[in-house]
Amino acid sequence: MGRYVARRLLQMIPVFIGTTLLIFLMVYSLPGDPVRALWGDRPADPQAMARLRHEYWFDRPVLAQYWHYLSNVVTGDFGSSFVTGRKVIDVMAETFPVTIRLALIAFAVEIVVGLSLGLLAGLNRGKLWDKLVLVITLLLISIPIFVLGFIFQTIFADQLGWTTPTVQNSDDITQLILPGAVLGSLSFAYIARLSRTSLAENLRADYIRTAIAKGLPRRRVVGIHLMRNSLIPVVTFLGTDLGALMGGAIVTEGIFNVHGIGNTLYRSINQSDNATVVGIVTILVIVYLLSSLLVDLLYAALDPRIRYA
Amino acid sequence: MTIIEESATVPAPRSGDDKGGPLLEVRDLHVEFHTRDGVAKAVNGVNYSVNAGETLAVLGESGSGKSVTAQAIMGILDMPPGKIPQGEILFRGQDMLKMSAEERRAIRGRKIAMIFQDALSALNPVLSVGYQLGEMFRVHQGLSKKDAKAKAIELMDRVKIPAAAARVTDYPHQFSGGMRQRIMIAMALALEPDLIIADEPTTALDVTVQAQVMDLLAELQSEFNMGLILITHDLGVVADVADKIAVMYAGRIVEQAPVHEIYKRPAHPYTKGLLESIPRLDHKGQELFAIKGLPPNLMKIPSGCAFNPRCTMAQDVCRTDVPVLHQVTEQDGTDLVGRGSACHFWKETIHG
Amino acid sequence: MPETLNKASAGAAESPAVAPVPVAAEKPRSLWSDAWRDLRRNPVFVISAILIVFLIVVAAFPGLFTSVDPDHADLGKHYLGVPQYSHVFQEDWFGYDVQGRSIFARVLFGARASIIVGVCVTLVVTILGGLVGMLAGYFGGWFDSLLSRLTDVFFGIPLLLGAIVVLNAFTHRSVWTVVLALGVLGWTQLARVMRGSVLTVKQADYVQAAKALGAGTGRIMLRHILPNAIAPVIVVATIALGGYIAAEATLSFLGIGLPPSTVSWGNDISSGQTVIRTAPHVLFFPSAMLSITVLAFIMLGDAVRDALDPKLR
Repeated sequence: MGRYVARRLLQMIPVFIGTTLLIFLMVYSLPGDPVRALWGDRPADPQAMARLRHEYWFDRPVLAQYWHYLSNVVTGDFGSSFVTGRKVIDVMAETFPVTIRLALIAFAVEIVVGLSLGLLAGLNRGKLWDKLVLVITLLLISIPIFVLGFIFQTIFADQLGWTTPTVQNSDDITQLILPGAVLGSLSFAYIARLSRTSLAENLRADYIRTAIAKGLPRRRVVGIHLMRNSLIPVVTFLGTDLGALMGGAIVTEGIFNVHGIGNTLYRSINQSDNATVVGIVTILVIVYLLSSLLVDLLYAALDPRIRYA
Repeated sequence: MTIIEESATVPAPRSGDDKGGPLLEVRDLHVEFHTRDGVAKAVNGVNYSVNAGETLAVLGESGSGKSVTAQAIMGILDMPPGKIPQGEILFRGQDMLKMSAEERRAIRGRKIAMIFQDALSALNPVLSVGYQLGEMFRVHQGLSKKDAKAKAIELMDRVKIPAAAARVTDYPHQFSGGMRQRIMIAMALALEPDLIIADEPTTALDVTVQAQVMDLLAELQSEFNMGLILITHDLGVVADVADKIAVMYAGRIVEQAPVHEIYKRPAHPYTKGLLESIPRLDHKGQELFAIKGLPPNLMKIPSGCAFNPRCTMAQDVCRTDVPVLHQVTEQDGTDLVGRGSACHFWKETIHG
Repeated sequence: MPETLNKASAGAAESPAVAPVPVAAEKPRSLWSDAWRDLRRNPVFVISAILIVFLIVVAAFPGLFTSVDPDHADLGKHYLGVPQYSHVFQEDWFGYDVQGRSIFARVLFGARASIIVGVCVTLVVTILGGLVGMLAGYFGGWFDSLLSRLTDVFFGIPLLLGAIVVLNAFTHRSVWTVVLALGVLGWTQLARVMRGSVLTVKQADYVQAAKALGAGTGRIMLRHILPNAIAPVIVVATIALGGYIAAEATLSFLGIGLPPSTVSWGNDISSGQTVIRTAPHVLFFPSAMLSITVLAFIMLGDAVRDALDPKLR
């Protein structure tokens, strides 16, 4: 197990470097001169500009800039925003907890609602419940997240008055429930469908027939023999879903005015605040890579056949 | 492998078998599958019985209904699409088809156990063999996890798995095919059931391992005096182990006989064909016989005798009338005990 | 389960000159003809197929359904005019938007951008991803490692996040920049599906047989592997098509997708959100059209998957 983890961690390094380099190149190929932009319409001081360029490594080749950046990141220094002058690490420390809370709510919704619906449909394949779940999840998947956000706003805030349409205080977790549910809704539909398919497929497996032939009660057949096997693809999906959640957070946080990482990222892109953009994306990539590692480990724990793969 | 020579005549009933009748009796069982392409009639009126300590071999090609009958007895048919429109399955005189789901569950595993063909897919891949064996004791006898594990090791020893204590935490894929089948056998034997149904227990194994597994099964069967239904398509396996044979074709029993008789004098053209298609050393150089044609489509079973399109002896009557299971007699008319043939021309087949 | 050759794509394979691929003579029904037979009977497939054909016709010839110019604005007369539900197929059927433009006309003309983006992105990712997946799966070894790591690198960037970054690099945005952004980032999923599929098919006996008979690499890939490995790719691509349409609308909604001058559902939803409380119909109709379109493609993909996956019957 230890060796497997070590090997996987080593494998992550080139992927991490590749992904961050890709982002770095894309961001720094953006048009516009951020240094000149500081002066706005006023005439710029060439000496000050040159000094700033040197200070922020803008006068060096992009690969050198990248290397400089990466070696700083390793020590935990994500640099300072050129636009706001704030340290990127501080901006992230402020906004990340909000998004993590939002994502956790979304995750909880996904797992609880998604799995229950999947179980309901998978064990009753072809019956009314199954069809109902299929229709509901299909609708949820088809409705783009921002449209869903408006629908939820209208129903729960405007009509029912349970909450405010937008989040007033991002640190108040109760206000995050509505955006969290919107964020999780797409994925819970996927999880419901995935677990339904997986359960229905495994239900026909020979070992389930064996379990029944052993005279086990239905609860045990389903709860132990069926679930253990059927959860494997669902766990995999949950891991890769983290990336989608982060992407979805940009839209959801925008609609509900949540001061999280997605909102900050979107604003930073519009302001050409490269240091903040690269910093946030780098962290997101790390989160993503770590979650896929976690999935692989969980996978090995759930499926003994994987262990020495 | 001469453990059971004449045990058919001495079916010493186990203690508790107060009724004195057969351990298991299947009466006029029908099973059909309703699919979107139509109704497949998999079993069409099967009758057979097994006594304690007796081995019944059910022989037939795939699709003959032998496995479906077994699944119906076990109560593990997928229903729907499966359906049992008529018939009775009597276990110690009680019709299991009329029992509640809970009553049937109490019988499964404890009184009647099953050994499946492909142990790799029949064992749960993500649970250790120890867990899967111990589960029997935990569920049916309420044993603790620790005691169940000890029992599991004992069972593995019993079916001669080397280093049982060390391997009890291993997973199915870590065992060889023969060892996996031993685990399946151990699982079936766990609660010392009255009847074991073995569905092609050796088909997936190498020939040398096949013999070992069959020996083990026969040995344990006589030790516990269990009834055994051995489902197979392999005539070679049957000869050594079985007491009596039922040959199935298209969901019906076409011939029934004590084991040695059938090899000497088959009374049904299908059985005859099966026997002639076994390669034999003394027939070296001759062309091997093969039954013509394919097994029937269960959605469109031929009228009359289902075997008629493939039968060398078929006459007009075979295409119109379904033959009943005739009592087979000697040429002088004395009954041959336990012999039956569902052929209009059984006399010609056995004596001709 | 022996997957037999696709009747359509291997039509030429019926000529006797072809290497002896076991076309499973005993089994008259091939995977694909069986699937087709299944699909024709499946109401989900029929409904979604009709919807998609309709949407494509609308996208190609919106003028067939309305003579109203979607950009014609009459602020004074029609500002946020409410829908007249009895005026079927008329200018004011769905009402008017903030600028007094006919929503009915805009919804019809908006289909074009969505369909073009959806279809083009799907083509790009299927070709790109299919090629990478095929090469990685077929050749294996270090080549596979290299391509798989490359896939991992792109896979590490969430689609929407990456698309925002890419689109920001362009000052002039159009349908094609959106196609590029989504295409460059979207191919990884299909590459993984294709690779997995090829790895399975590569082991099949008929491929080994073709190899043993000396068939060339190109021939094996095109004739033997591709037709048998493509099924899951088609399913994933069809479902993803709906996702790309949604992604385009999301990007337009965020203001970095299509330019505001383009008639598109995403842009209209974006401008409709400002009046969501006073005139919800401005937001409703483009949202509904968008959702129906996405739904149609997902349903199609679902139906195709069910038909191609005999395990679930």
